[in-house]
Amino acid sequence: MSSNTLPAEAKTVIIGGGIVGNSLAYHLARMGREDIAIVDKGPLPDPGGSTGHASNFLMPVEHSKEMTHLTQRSIEQYKDMDTFNNSGGIEVARTDDRVEELKRRVQSAKAWGEPAELLTPEEVEDLVPYVNTDLIKAGFYSTGAGTCDPLRAGEVMRARADEYTNGGLHVSPNTEVLDLHVENGSIQAVETDRGTVTADEVVIAAGLWSPKIAEMAGVDIPLTPAVHQMVSVGPISFFEDYEGEISFPVVRDMDTQMYERQHGNDLEVGSYQHRPILWDVEDIPSIDEAPLSPTQPPLTDDAFEQSMADALEIVPELLDDPEAGIRHEIDGLLSQTPDGGPLLGPLQDVDGLWSCAAVWIKEAPAIGEAVAQWMTRGWSDIDLHGADVNRFYEYGNSRSFVKDRASEGFQKIYDIVHPAEQYQSARELRTSPFYEKQADLDAEFYEAAGWERPQWYESNSDLLDRYEDELAELQRPNEWDSRWWSPIILAEHLHTREHVSMIGDMGFSIFDFRGSDVVDYLERMAVGRVDVDVGKTVYTPILAENGGFVSDLTIARLGPEHYRVITGSAAGGSDRAWFGDHIPDDADVMMIDRSESLCTLGVWGPNARDMVDSVTEEDMSHDAFEPYTAQKITVGEVDAWAMRLSYIGEQGWEIYAPMGQGRRLWDVLWEAGQDHNVRPAGMGVYGTTGRLEKGYRLFGHELELDYNPAEAGLTFHGVKDADFIGKEAYAEAIDEENTATLCTLSVDDHAPEGGEHRFMLGNEPVLDQNGDVLVDDEGRRSYVTSAGTGPSVGKHLLMAYLPQSHAEEGQSLQVEYMGQQYPVTVEVAGSRPLFDPENDRIRS
Amino acid sequence: MDTVACIKRVPDTGAKLTLTDDEQHIDTSHLGFTISPHEECAIEEAIQVADDHDGTATVLSLGPADAEEQLRTGLAMTADEATLLETDGKEWRPRETAAALADALSGDSGTDPEFDLCLFGNESADVANHQVGVRVAERLDLPFVAGVTGLTIDDGTVVVERDVTGGTEVYELDLPAAVGVKEGLNQPRYASMRAKMQARKQSIERQDPVASEFEGRIEKVRLEAPESTEGAAEVLGEGPDAVPAVVDLLRDDLEVI
Repeated sequence: MSSNTLPAEAKTVIIGGGIVGNSLAYHLARMGREDIAIVDKGPLPDPGGSTGHASNFLMPVEHSKEMTHLTQRSIEQYKDMDTFNNSGGIEVARTDDRVEELKRRVQSAKAWGEPAELLTPEEVEDLVPYVNTDLIKAGFYSTGAGTCDPLRAGEVMRARADEYTNGGLHVSPNTEVLDLHVENGSIQAVETDRGTVTADEVVIAAGLWSPKIAEMAGVDIPLTPAVHQMVSVGPISFFEDYEGEISFPVVRDMDTQMYERQHGNDLEVGSYQHRPILWDVEDIPSIDEAPLSPTQPPLTDDAFEQSMADALEIVPELLDDPEAGIRHEIDGLLSQTPDGGPLLGPLQDVDGLWSCAAVWIKEAPAIGEAVAQWMTRGWSDIDLHGADVNRFYEYGNSRSFVKDRASEGFQKIYDIVHPAEQYQSARELRTSPFYEKQADLDAEFYEAAGWERPQWYESNSDLLDRYEDELAELQRPNEWDSRWWSPIILAEHLHTREHVSMIGDMGFSIFDFRGSDVVDYLERMAVGRVDVDVGKTVYTPILAENGGFVSDLTIARLGPEHYRVITGSAAGGSDRAWFGDHIPDDADVMMIDRSESLCTLGVWGPNARDMVDSVTEEDMSHDAFEPYTAQKITVGEVDAWAMRLSYIGEQGWEIYAPMGQGRRLWDVLWEAGQDHNVRPAGMGVYGTTGRLEKGYRLFGHELELDYNPAEAGLTFHGVKDADFIGKEAYAEAIDEENTATLCTLSVDDHAPEGGEHRFMLGNEPVLDQNGDVLVDDEGRRSYVTSAGTGPSVGKHLLMAYLPQSHAEEGQSLQVEYMGQQYPVTVEVAGSRPLFDPENDRIRS
Repeated sequence: MDTVACIKRVPDTGAKLTLTDDEQHIDTSHLGFTISPHEECAIEEAIQVADDHDGTATVLSLGPADAEEQLRTGLAMTADEATLLETDGKEWRPRETAAALADALSGDSGTDPEFDLCLFGNESADVANHQVGVRVAERLDLPFVAGVTGLTIDDGTVVVERDVTGGTEVYELDLPAAVGVKEGLNQPRYASMRAKMQARKQSIERQDPVASEFEGRIEKVRLEAPESTEGAAEVLGEGPDAVPAVVDLLRDDLEVI
């Protein structure tokens, strides 16, 4: 390894020598990158970022599958580097609500394959004798948890990277990046105070300084430095009898949003309960100016007051040790993003520039590995879509947005967060032209990628009486099950199936592609054949080379050299990056983002044709406007374009109009609808109830890199002649027998032990009759990918990938929810819709 | 026997100092504040002496309202009381400071000190004038020794030691007395969490000090940041290959072998 030297050129330059940069270097080297440079403005091994002051414990179980798997994989790596202490970890509950949450933790642990169990207070005391068990009602014991040494791990990874590259790793500490050189949209070089390095690719792994570095290339990495308060108390005589760094499980006192962990003879007490304290990156002192380190400013005393009181309550014996004092106290700075997730992937406006930021110690080795896979072969073993830096593209990068969401998100770190919980700050950022009209109709707005979308309408509450009988068994008596939900969604659903509804705007991401090479280009991107007649639409998976899902979307042919790609709001940023990145340099293909210029209004239901036809200039009859086709139409005065398809399986159209004419579009259709019993309906119908009855898959839930199209039941395109990304794997998947198949299940009994009826919300483990989680031959565990009620079939529906042996209609299985097991039955194995299986309604 | 430790809120700086644009102050916009190590020893000694002789230990500071933070540090170390002579934030000169402290220390009487032992840090960590302690002592007509690294109470007197080249000087002062102490006098305690929490609830006595007018003022022209010593280490090599370079350095440059 050449250290302290800065090469004139390198294939890959990694900016940041913390745990993330080191991990990236190691894994890139392992995957064959030979010429790698790490630069950091600080010294090694601790360059002064968050790696140097983290509390270094890894609790693998989270409600996110992706984050749990990343932490599990990181633990494996820390173990492999001999830098892991398997202390275990215990989350304790002071309240009844938290006990329920801990049951949900066990449920997630089972779903993601991590050992965990609930403990009584006495069992907690046996493991951690210094915890004041008078205060606690239960514990969640994660036996696989532990602590690591990220600085040592960094050294090991640098040494290994150097071996893999035969000395091709250049490590350059004390080297400050001054500028990034970009030419023609591509990264060229990294300019530092010790010279300039030309580079093919550059990764920003600079922790909380990442936004500042990104700005040098004119792009955004949306994070803010945020304070996590931490003190270290010692020497504690109780620990003197124990050797080593840690002999007791780390304790998370969840209800106070704090943790207490042994570190030698000291006890580290950390808190996330204090008010959010955000820093401006420009205010962070330099290494020379900082008394401790740039990311360890002094403790803000008043913010820590309640934390001290709570800590003294939960571990009084240790903290009242007469010899012990507070030896170290900091406002530790870490990276907080608008949604709390990492920011990974290609920064799409500069070719060759990547982000690997907002990563915690517990995920860093695995994220380094996954991003290295992404960089070297285009996809990662652990799906990183939820952490794609592009998810905030062109809406969520402003300083104000980041600060508002980071403040709100900081308070959720140890909080009980409902899976459907909505952010309250920085709302009404993206509104469609229908917004005011919908607000007048008492829409309950939820947000997706900044877009305000009605989830249901309070003005439809009269429908609850209308459908009282149908809904009787589908009401949710439990507060948790019905939080962020309304039975009005189910009533809107039934109304839609009986009459007609207006649904939208969905906040779609819309990309137009034009140019003489556009057919070849899109053929290469999509599984489905796109060289179809003008006016046809194609619903198609988009795959990575391994045959896993990158996206699923609709492609419509508008002209011989003109296509429109329509994808979900959340996937918009990453899809845009994927499509943009795959346009060949010499191809005549232009990508035009229409997401902010076109609004979308769905009109669906048995009365849809009569209603729409009454205000269009064109003939909307079945023969004139066939299913799965698209046409230009004029709705009243509005120039629009419509596709005849439906994600909820009804007759009708998705109508697209210029944003400026959107309000008129709404008014004209609303007016016309008055004779056809129209109602507004929300995304609850569109995204869940209608979709699940039809068995439609949702990207990020059913569709991800872990499963292939054969398993997802999306092989109706067959294998087309033209080459496309993932073709080989896709063809193989079709030939081979499935290892697992996506199924639709229904809940047989919502209260098998009596009492309150409970309704699953998603991510629950699927068990066999013996209570064991189903695991397929590739080691993938079965869990509920989507859950929702199907009012027209009168059942609560779940989707899950089941091992082939269990993917049979009529199979009786179980689902574990909040510590209780519920009987479920496989309704459909594969993609056949449960409701209207022949799609007669769409074709009507 | 009652003691008082006089302390000063100073910026907690790293290796490199940044000055304000007018070069009159250290730029503290992103810095924390602290007290000097000497003053930590002064507090520790004040607490120990008071504890051992059934007295009260007080921490006293002249400074802006925020100096409360440093007084609470003293309370968290288990000083009994704290008094803040609250200024409006403008800088006070040593003579003005000393006069105000002396006024406060002599209390209502105006002349007799209300304590038996008054401890100062040998000098402040920021401007290091070395003046306030001795000026207070002079105003209160008390014996004063600076540079103290050893201190014993002995029957109405205090015996103090200070290091000088080649030995130690020992002084015996009648109480009441004042001393300027140096780091090394004792091992200042870390505040326990409970004491720190209680200190946050304790009341601090606030007084408005009077800035006396003096002839012959010293004017501060400007501050200059010291040349930053480049701290970057030079890597001589790695593994056994580095040995000759290390030997050369130890033998020729440092002359230790």
